[in-house]
Amino acid sequence: MTAPVLGPGLAAGPLAAGSLSSQGHSFLSPTGVEIVFVLVGLAVLGAAVLSVTTRQLVHAALWLVVALGGLAVEFLLLTAEFIAWVQVLIYIGSVVVLVLFGLMLTRAPIGRSPDADSRNRPVALGTAAAAAATLVTLVVDAFRTTWVDLDAGTGSARATGSSLFRHWVLPFEALSVLLLAALVGAIVLSRRDGDRTPPRPPRPRPGRAVSAARRTPAAPVAPTATPAAPGTSANPATNPATPPQER
Amino acid sequence: MTPAALADTAQQAGLFGTDPWWLVLLKAVFTFAFLVVTVLIAIVWERKVVAWMQLRIGPNRHGPWGMLQSLADGVKLALKEDLVVTGADKAVYVLAPIVCVIPAFMAFAVIPFGPAGHEVSIFGTRTTMQLTDLPIGMLYILATASVGIYGIVLAGWSSGSTYPLLGGLRSAAQMISYEIAMGLSFAAVFIYSKSMSTSQIVEAQQPRWFAVMLPVSFLVYIVAMVGETNRAPFDLPEAEGELVGGFNTEYSSLKFAMFMLAEYVNMVTVSAVASTLFLGGWRAPWPVSAVWAGANHGWWPILWITVKIQLLLFFFIWLRGTLPRLRYDQFMKLGWKVLIPVSLVWLVLVATVRALRNEGYGFPQVVLYVGAPILVVILLMSVWDVLRRREKAGPEQPQEPFDPMAGGFPVPPMPGQELPPVPRRRSRVQQPSPALEEPGEPAAVGGGTSDPKGADGA
Repeated sequence: MTAPVLGPGLAAGPLAAGSLSSQGHSFLSPTGVEIVFVLVGLAVLGAAVLSVTTRQLVHAALWLVVALGGLAVEFLLLTAEFIAWVQVLIYIGSVVVLVLFGLMLTRAPIGRSPDADSRNRPVALGTAAAAAATLVTLVVDAFRTTWVDLDAGTGSARATGSSLFRHWVLPFEALSVLLLAALVGAIVLSRRDGDRTPPRPPRPRPGRAVSAARRTPAAPVAPTATPAAPGTSANPATNPATPPQER
Repeated sequence: MTPAALADTAQQAGLFGTDPWWLVLLKAVFTFAFLVVTVLIAIVWERKVVAWMQLRIGPNRHGPWGMLQSLADGVKLALKEDLVVTGADKAVYVLAPIVCVIPAFMAFAVIPFGPAGHEVSIFGTRTTMQLTDLPIGMLYILATASVGIYGIVLAGWSSGSTYPLLGGLRSAAQMISYEIAMGLSFAAVFIYSKSMSTSQIVEAQQPRWFAVMLPVSFLVYIVAMVGETNRAPFDLPEAEGELVGGFNTEYSSLKFAMFMLAEYVNMVTVSAVASTLFLGGWRAPWPVSAVWAGANHGWWPILWITVKIQLLLFFFIWLRGTLPRLRYDQFMKLGWKVLIPVSLVWLVLVATVRALRNEGYGFPQVVLYVGAPILVVILLMSVWDVLRRREKAGPEQPQEPFDPMAGGFPVPPMPGQELPPVPRRRSRVQQPSPALEEPGEPAAVGGGTSDPKGADGA
């Protein structure tokens, strides 16, 4: 079902340069690169699990960095150097830095922050498992035993660019529209219309909130800087613009 | 040979050319040593030059002419007590300086010191003067630079204190905003050189430097590189007057030394990138190359790139000795409202010119097709500007009187608000005779405070 969707792109793309048969290859005699690939994959998996289970907010972001960096290494092992460095540049260098920036601007106590944990663990686990199962089924069903030879130039900038702008233009543009929509949505959510009477909105005062949370780092239940109830704590965490409004 | 070993050698050939392993190691050590020695020289040089600019003498105790000052500083830093603050997040606190310094060194691996043909011989092996020539070298430099931000951000956070946290936040915002302008200025170079590899970018500057062909990109990069390295006038993450020492306030000993090393190595790296991308890289500058044909061959290119790097370092020092630090909002405005729009428009312009040239249009036609729309846009903008100014002349009103403690802490005035006049003591010279003092006047001019003081003086 999914193979025909992926098929034309693959056949027309640069991967067609390599043979797509598994003749002469066996999964039982792995090469060095394959062993390294699997080991790095395990490390990525471990870092990903740690990043969602650790109770320290900033450490979670750092484990995410390790996981994304490991993915970049996987891309390098598949000779896709362009994608690998773009991964480092965009995901590690911009996205997670912005996540850290947001964390530190609102609150990032040193030590554990139990209030950051929600009761949705089982639901999250179920969603993650379902997503992983779907993706694994998709990839396994699409490729089965096909073997892609990775000769030099398969993942170069030229090959990636021509394949992206020749065969995958529509998904590319759709994704950019999605990102634009997210950007516009963020602006709409964070701005307040007609509320022009206070020229200076009451700020969350990051310095005080942080130091207040930091004064008792070892306390079992750290005093939260936002007066939100624990049940609704997920909402102000995702949208830092709301708490000053409610206050 | 096993398939694994074969695959490994294949990858090695891709990464480091055909060099044997000892030569790769030698080049890596040379790159490292080049950076460290340049940093040692740069620190003394900076202190001397800034001293001369301020009519001082500068360091002159250690070695002849104070030239061993950096070594003395290094030894002093190494012998200091290594503190770990109690409130710190220990693991991240130790990790931060390392994360800061390693990417700084890594970025230099793709800088070419000489031509791509195997021109020099080291212990009988012909090789190029470049550690590794990645096909996407510039992307690699951008990526390592962006990883270096983590060192500063994490140092600020893990210290567990307010000023370092503010410094870390500032640096994160600063480097992300200036990296965009930086990447856009790179993109124009990629369009002209048709490659992201550093050696081919130098090759593409054969008749003319990109600084001449892409002047706007060059200027944007020069500004962005100063912002990217946290140097004056953009040294807001470590502004002494506002943040004590910024992100490195709680660090001491070798950890602090690592931050200093990373800052100076970053300076050397961005200077090398600037000379590679825009100033002809290892090529000899014009008068030399015109007179002397052998200037670009053999070992000589290493001299030219070193001279270019040193001149750019002097430019950094000159800036520091000349310009005051920007205010934070002005700095962000420069990044987001000037540099990024300018480089975006410039990039579109460059791409248009390039596409027209590729289609085979002559130079006058290109000028017509590119210049005419620009002229129209400028005309429309100026007309719109004039109309809008006439419209907006009336209703501009300050909304509210300035409250210096709005929200509970001292704040600067908002746009449209005005500061109240500063209360001043009246001049003592103007009131020698008591006959001049009218009963109503002093209260009207200076308020209550100036009157008793004036009486005191008289």
